[in-house]
Amino acid sequence: MLELLQEIKGTLSRNMMRTIATGFAVVSGLFLLIVLQGAGNGIIHSFQYNMGSFAFDAVRVFGGSTTKPWEGIKEGRLIRLDDRDLYMSRHHFPHQITHAIPTVTQDGMVASFGSRYISNNSMVGVYPEYAASQAVEMLEGRFINIMDIAEKRKVCVLGANSCKDLFKEEGSPIGRSVKLGGILYTVVGKYKTDEMFSGSKCYVPYTTLCTIYNRGRFIDELTMNVRNIPTDSAMEQFMDEYIRATSYIHSFDPEDKRALWIWNQAGDNIQMNRAMGILNKAFWILGLLTLLSGVVSVSNIMLISVKERTREFGIRRAIGARPWNIISMVVLESVIITAIFGYIGMLLGIFFCEWMNVTVGNQVMDLGVIQARYFVDPTVDLHVCFQATLVIIIAGALAGFFPARKAVKVKTIDALRA
Amino acid sequence: MIHLTNIHKTYQGAQPLHVLKGIDLHIAKGEFVAIMGASGSGKSTLLNILGILDDYDEGEYRLDGTLIRNLSETKAADYRNRMIGFIFQSFNLIPFKDAMENVALPLFYQGVSRKKRNQLAMEYLEKVGLKEWAHHLPNELSGGQKQRVAIARALITQPRIILADEPTGALDSKTSLEVMQLLRKLHEQGLTIIVVTHESGVAYQAEKIVHIRDGQIERVEVNDGSVNSPFGVNGVMK
Repeated sequence: MLELLQEIKGTLSRNMMRTIATGFAVVSGLFLLIVLQGAGNGIIHSFQYNMGSFAFDAVRVFGGSTTKPWEGIKEGRLIRLDDRDLYMSRHHFPHQITHAIPTVTQDGMVASFGSRYISNNSMVGVYPEYAASQAVEMLEGRFINIMDIAEKRKVCVLGANSCKDLFKEEGSPIGRSVKLGGILYTVVGKYKTDEMFSGSKCYVPYTTLCTIYNRGRFIDELTMNVRNIPTDSAMEQFMDEYIRATSYIHSFDPEDKRALWIWNQAGDNIQMNRAMGILNKAFWILGLLTLLSGVVSVSNIMLISVKERTREFGIRRAIGARPWNIISMVVLESVIITAIFGYIGMLLGIFFCEWMNVTVGNQVMDLGVIQARYFVDPTVDLHVCFQATLVIIIAGALAGFFPARKAVKVKTIDALRA
Repeated sequence: MIHLTNIHKTYQGAQPLHVLKGIDLHIAKGEFVAIMGASGSGKSTLLNILGILDDYDEGEYRLDGTLIRNLSETKAADYRNRMIGFIFQSFNLIPFKDAMENVALPLFYQGVSRKKRNQLAMEYLEKVGLKEWAHHLPNELSGGQKQRVAIARALITQPRIILADEPTGALDSKTSLEVMQLLRKLHEQGLTIIVVTHESGVAYQAEKIVHIRDGQIERVEVNDGSVNSPFGVNGVMK
């Protein structure tokens, strides 16, 4: 084996041009494949990054107004969610709904600290589970906890953008007092507000808000987390059933799509996943086609190279090379070329992806109201790289095998005359 | 050493060509035989059959007692490797290998280690007087040197017979003489040598000359030595 490798090393190094020509096809094939994959991943990752603060399993339900008459009641009636909806959500769909938590909102509030103020704040009364359910990411301090709820504490959690406006650069907001709707609250936490959906919500305990603003049993928003709904149609069916269940409580037409206002992030997520799946597949198909073109180039060059070497093979056979010696030599040559150059192509591709990562990958697109990154982490899984390299090596082996087999089928004497 | 009995060979094609029409030839060990004939007489075909490079349709060919008939390519390759040393008109050296590597190549296919075969190759290059040229590529050598490299390559496996197909065909008369003298020297050392040629000057270096015409042996002439000069009685070297 070692002898054969030395023989091949000699052949390859003394036929540099041919070696490089073959290698170039492999390098470019793998390089393009990996760069394409990396770019595809960059786009997909940027989706995920920009949607980072989305809770992918959340369904948010608000009351709406009816658009159809029902059981003698005219249309145009406001539906207000209350504790019966909460009870229904928690108990009627145990397989689909994992959490259902109520939220109350007090809009148009002014938040002030000293002479600085922010108008049009939304105070949101929440339970501790809200943070997990809606993917609220804490930067400092803590979220509303169970003791805040029990003792109806006047504490609040502010968004990072609000903190910046109220406290400028004057250190941590934790422990400071801000005035919300004329009442002082102690800041206990700061949450991350992302570039795309920057709201000015401040979270306070559910019980605190209900007590201060005398909300009684009414709920502004039901936040649910769902599971076991894999497809669009399953989601549609679940929503129909949910609306029907609510319609019994509030007596509205179950076909009335406006009686409830539903923000179905989970449903959107199913669609987005599907879109990303398609995108992913498209990039794979492009990549495989690139790989295929690399394979075709390798086979082409091997074919020509073997044809060109007919006489050399004739000489080798005349002095005692068995057909198998010739075939194994050609195949091994081909494998060695594709492996070495495949590895180089893979490395170049990875380097290029890393270069994209540090340049384009860090650029932020500023659209005024929102900021988005359009290319995040454009890199490829290492095992994908190795699989691609393996594919091209196997292809190289086959590309060497068939012409070589054909070459040894020629009679030695004819090969010598070639 | 070589026993040919009633060998027939026809090249199939649009117009089948009956090249060898019953050749009977016996060559003993240590003989130096020249096969002479005009082009198209079938002498090269005969040599190819002797060298197991081509097969025959009818008859029997025994090489050192072994029947050579319908061999697989693998078997044929092994016999060629161990029993036969080839010298070609066009040298047939591998262009990207230097002289030493070319000489050593047959041993590669015997599985001899690199160090051993390079050492042997150097010995044989020394025998043909090309030790200083061991690391030159074929295109850096003259025709005569190339043919001497080819002879060294033919000898390195210590074959039973040396087959030379127009060994001087591509050489000038001076180097032809050198090459033929080398072959004579090998003959004197006891090797069996068969040379195919159409040049009588080359043929009369041999001790037995087989004349072939139209696929049949016309006559076998024993060279008694009285005409043993490069430009023999009847022959003209070039």
